[in-house]
Amino acid sequence: MNLLVCISKTPETTAKIAFKDENSSFDTDGVQFIMNPYDEWYALVRALELKEQHGGKVIAINVGDSSNDPVIRKALAIGADEAVRVDIEATSSFFVAKQVAEYAKSNDIDIVFTGKETIDYNGAEVGGMIAEMLEQPYFSFASHMDHDGSTATVTRDIEGGVEVAEINGKFVISAAKGLAEQRIPNMRGIMMAKRKPLNVIPAVEAEGNVKVLSYELPPVKGGITMVDADDMDKLVKLLHEEAKVL
Amino acid sequence: MSVLVFAESAKGKVKKAGFEATYYGHLTAQSIGGDVVALVIGDAANAADLGKYGASKVIQVNHNGSFDSGVYASIIAQAAEQNGANTVIVNHSSSGKSLSGRLAVKMNAGLVSGVNSIPTADGGSFKVKKPVFSGKAIAECEINSANRVLTLMGNAYPPVEVSNEVNVENASIDGGASSYTVTDTKTADGIVPLPEAELVVSAGRGMKGPENWGIIEELADVIGATTACSRPVADTGWRPHHEHVGQTGVAVRPNLYIAIGISGAIQHLAGVNSSKTIVVINKDPEAPFFKAADYGVCADLFDVVPALTEAIKKHKSDS
Repeated sequence: MNLLVCISKTPETTAKIAFKDENSSFDTDGVQFIMNPYDEWYALVRALELKEQHGGKVIAINVGDSSNDPVIRKALAIGADEAVRVDIEATSSFFVAKQVAEYAKSNDIDIVFTGKETIDYNGAEVGGMIAEMLEQPYFSFASHMDHDGSTATVTRDIEGGVEVAEINGKFVISAAKGLAEQRIPNMRGIMMAKRKPLNVIPAVEAEGNVKVLSYELPPVKGGITMVDADDMDKLVKLLHEEAKVL
Repeated sequence: MSVLVFAESAKGKVKKAGFEATYYGHLTAQSIGGDVVALVIGDAANAADLGKYGASKVIQVNHNGSFDSGVYASIIAQAAEQNGANTVIVNHSSSGKSLSGRLAVKMNAGLVSGVNSIPTADGGSFKVKKPVFSGKAIAECEINSANRVLTLMGNAYPPVEVSNEVNVENASIDGGASSYTVTDTKTADGIVPLPEAELVVSAGRGMKGPENWGIIEELADVIGATTACSRPVADTGWRPHHEHVGQTGVAVRPNLYIAIGISGAIQHLAGVNSSKTIVVINKDPEAPFFKAADYGVCADLFDVVPALTEAIKKHKSDS
């Protein structure tokens, strides 16, 4: 099986969020970047497990410039066989999806994996777009997936529960918690990653139709009201009369 | 041009989220012009009520079988075309997120997901805001294609009645057949799913063990809240994973979030910072959660929580 895993680079979860150039771009100064946790912990690891079970190869794909290479090398260190970087700035989800879909089409990919969302833009957009471009089924927010080599059984999160589906053939899947267990790269993996291929390819033409004009920080909370532990009647009164939530 | 709203339904009824999206469609149409057309896929006995929240037309498409993002996106795209709609609104829900990317590609539309403001279209430039970086910032986005798809953040615009019921028109739109088979569906009855919950009672490691969760469930039960937990609690198996709220778990935006015995790590706050009112109960005065809270009680949760439950019971019986 040829398994393609979309790898995104995101700010580390405790990163301080600030903006520059009159709030028109994200200030990356002093920000540490990591592989998007859903991509790393669940999508990549489940792809590796399938390869270990059925053979084939796992390819990690990223859209961006060479500053993304450390994140891509980490995917190789965790176990991906090879990596592809589409050498262009990732300007919008449509643009990124187009790059991935074109690669999947011309490389006979059986399953495309994405994380359920990135932790920076939280859009959950790219997976569905790739599926539509490939005209394949899309299983969003998958928390479990078994594959016997011809049929996959996928459990995915729906409103207030889960749905189980069976699929023959190619598909796109977005990985949620539960799909796999995080793997930590070991020293051997890190050494081997240096020798694995990281192919840099040019972008295909695509139009982006959404852009961010500016950023702002959310309004600051008005400050806390402390309530004495012996006076829960007062807390209830505040929630009822002031906050109007009870 | 019209605004098309996909009004989600379940178990033969339009859901609250469907009315939210319709009311948001009404506010959007007021801002950018046009009428609101609401689309219901499958049976929904209360579809005519969508008129009350601003739909001037409601269309219902028969659909047997389960949700498939490809089939639904196809139906919605055709409905948009037939009704002259270039702006489509769906919920930022599991189904909405599943189909929105497909729909945007089908319609050649710009997609902004998780919006929480009313769009503007001054001078032909379509702008709308959405939270980014897990709620730590807000981005103003511009869509420069003729068609647009927006997914609406839950609980951002509680629905308000603005008009009357309208007749429901049946439309025959074929979305094609699903290419996979759904073999099982499990949903918990009677529990509001966390992303839709208006009231959430959440607890963390301060609970000391899963055997102590009785006081949490009782408090949640008294106010009709959904229970949630912090990541360490889910990771150690004290509570199920689907209750995990935070940056790598579920993001919630209820009217009231009560955090009990949770210190408030930045990753947890990222999942709850859109809550309208936050109450923190923690015996550690240094807990970072107090800085993000509206109301705080600094004391032993094993004393505070039962007292709060009693106070609410008393309040309910008095009123």
